Amino acid sequence: MAFYRAAPYQQPVAIALVLILAALPFVLTAFGQEFYIGFATRVLIFALAASSLNLVLGFGGMFSLGHAAFFGIGAYAAAICQQAGVNEALIAFPLAMLAAGSFALAVGAISLRTRGVYFIMITLAFAQMAYYLFISARSLGGDDGLPLAGRMTLAGVPLTDDTSLYFAAFFGLTLAMLFFGRLADARFGRVIQAIRENETRMEALGYPVFTYRLVCFALGGALAGLAGALLANLTGLASPNLLVWTQSGTLLVMVIIGGVGYLYGGVVGALILLCLEEVLVGFTSHWHIVLGLILLGVVLFAPKGVAALFGKRHG
Amino acid sequence: MTQLLLEQALNGLQFGLMLFLLAAGLTLVFGIMDCINLAHGSLYMVGAYFVAAATQAADSFWIGLGVGVAGAALLGLLLELSLFRQLYKRDHLSQVLATFALILIANEAVRVIWGAQPVMLNPPDALAGPVEFSLLGDTFFYPAYRLVIIAFGIGVAGLLYLLVAKTRVGMWVRAGASNREMTEALGINVQALFTAVFVFGTALCALAGGLLGPLLAVQVGMGESVLILAFVVIIIGGIGSIRGALVGSLIVGSVDTLGRALLPTLLRALLPADAASTLGPALASILIYLLMAGILFFKPQGLFPARA
Repeated sequence: MAFYRAAPYQQPVAIALVLILAALPFVLTAFGQEFYIGFATRVLIFALAASSLNLVLGFGGMFSLGHAAFFGIGAYAAAICQQAGVNEALIAFPLAMLAAGSFALAVGAISLRTRGVYFIMITLAFAQMAYYLFISARSLGGDDGLPLAGRMTLAGVPLTDDTSLYFAAFFGLTLAMLFFGRLADARFGRVIQAIRENETRMEALGYPVFTYRLVCFALGGALAGLAGALLANLTGLASPNLLVWTQSGTLLVMVIIGGVGYLYGGVVGALILLCLEEVLVGFTSHWHIVLGLILLGVVLFAPKGVAALFGKRHG
Repeated sequence: MTQLLLEQALNGLQFGLMLFLLAAGLTLVFGIMDCINLAHGSLYMVGAYFVAAATQAADSFWIGLGVGVAGAALLGLLLELSLFRQLYKRDHLSQVLATFALILIANEAVRVIWGAQPVMLNPPDALAGPVEFSLLGDTFFYPAYRLVIIAFGIGVAGLLYLLVAKTRVGMWVRAGASNREMTEALGINVQALFTAVFVFGTALCALAGGLLGPLLAVQVGMGESVLILAFVVIIIGGIGSIRGALVGSLIVGSVDTLGRALLPTLLRALLPADAASTLGPALASILIYLLMAGILFFKPQGLFPARA
């Protein structure tokens, strides 16, 4: 692999994309397609979750198969905040990020001692632990999950209608991507990518490899927590299903389709996968087969992912 | 209490042996070909469905088991030739994506063919009842079918041990697991070996699916939960090691079974009732993951690493 560097046309494309996304709910409303605002919000939230995994996987080179745990913990944290009387997203969302980030910190501190396949499996094991804990915690609703009484408020503005929640997700994703883009090009991003390329060399150069990796892992977890808190607001439920390992698999699939280690890999992957789902569901109830065949096609014929077409990487 | 302990110990042994059938194939595919196969659980599910369908058609469990396992092995052969052969040289990400896609396809295909309802698979009539046996002056009852599964498991584990430890093919397999390039350089046809191991692994997990079918429900998604357990087993045991897979399966099988049976009672003796009733089931279901994290913390390569 090589280092990430923004392509020259990337900034104008990103600005155009932001403008389009900002106008989207109004366009949908004008055409009477309000239903799709909720769908678009889902895409934005999963784009954020997949991007957080991309930070860990693509930039940090850490193949985590337990990312859904952080996603789910964010959702539960939001629901718990609301039960505790905190209905303001500006407080609840950072708390959700803190909860997911701290869990990621603990998981990372143990898991990062292992390498390769063992790392994949130990992250999976921790995610399973979190899943079973939430399922058996009766005070958190057990199997049924923890419902939200209603959507939260963001800086006093209630997120009750779909458009305002869309903008909350939009701001969340935009801020995360700005942060992500800065990070990838900053010293931290260079170091973490260099560790991915050659750990021994970075160790020999005196970089605290373990700490860099751990910080990257925890940052990814915190961002996933934000996505989870947003999703809990969208669906009105913090469900243990968010922590199932197949959810981690879905996030991985998004990143791989989009492009591992490309800034917009997670966003592109989430968009493609969710749109594919939406389209295929309309055609056949057995859309999983079609989706599976398409994924196989991607593996065999487009191994680098779709975002590889948009961002450059220099050797 | 003794009755309970003995029964749970036998259940743990039986579960562990079935896990071994799953984990043996997985650890070899993983260890020798360095290929993450998330679809291994799907092969187990498909195997169970094949056995159920063949049993219904032949009206005999044993014929059904044989035909079903053979069918699953054939499917494994086709998969290896068409897909997995291309995946071996790819990175782990591609393997995860491709085998995740296979899970989606397998689950949906099973739903199309056999429907969403669980399929019934009955044990042979002769084995339907319990067996009575006495130990230290007490009489115990244990389901006959479960005893047969234990015997089957021990038999297959023994055969596998002989195959891997005492035969030439087994030596190639072990050599492939510890150093693939060197094995190739010594003139072993590694590609044919890969195919054989993959097909054999598929047959073993279909056998586990068929044997467990009468005890658990044969249904869509049955492969996913057991897949994770099989992964835990091979990580604990050390990837690529058959011995490790056997030890790991027995540990995971008995810890999981005994934990679920005894932990809630044990906690009730130590903690207030309401704390124990929440904590008991939670702790029991995460026990094996705690065990795995603990083992990896001290031995990051598992208990019996194949690549020393």
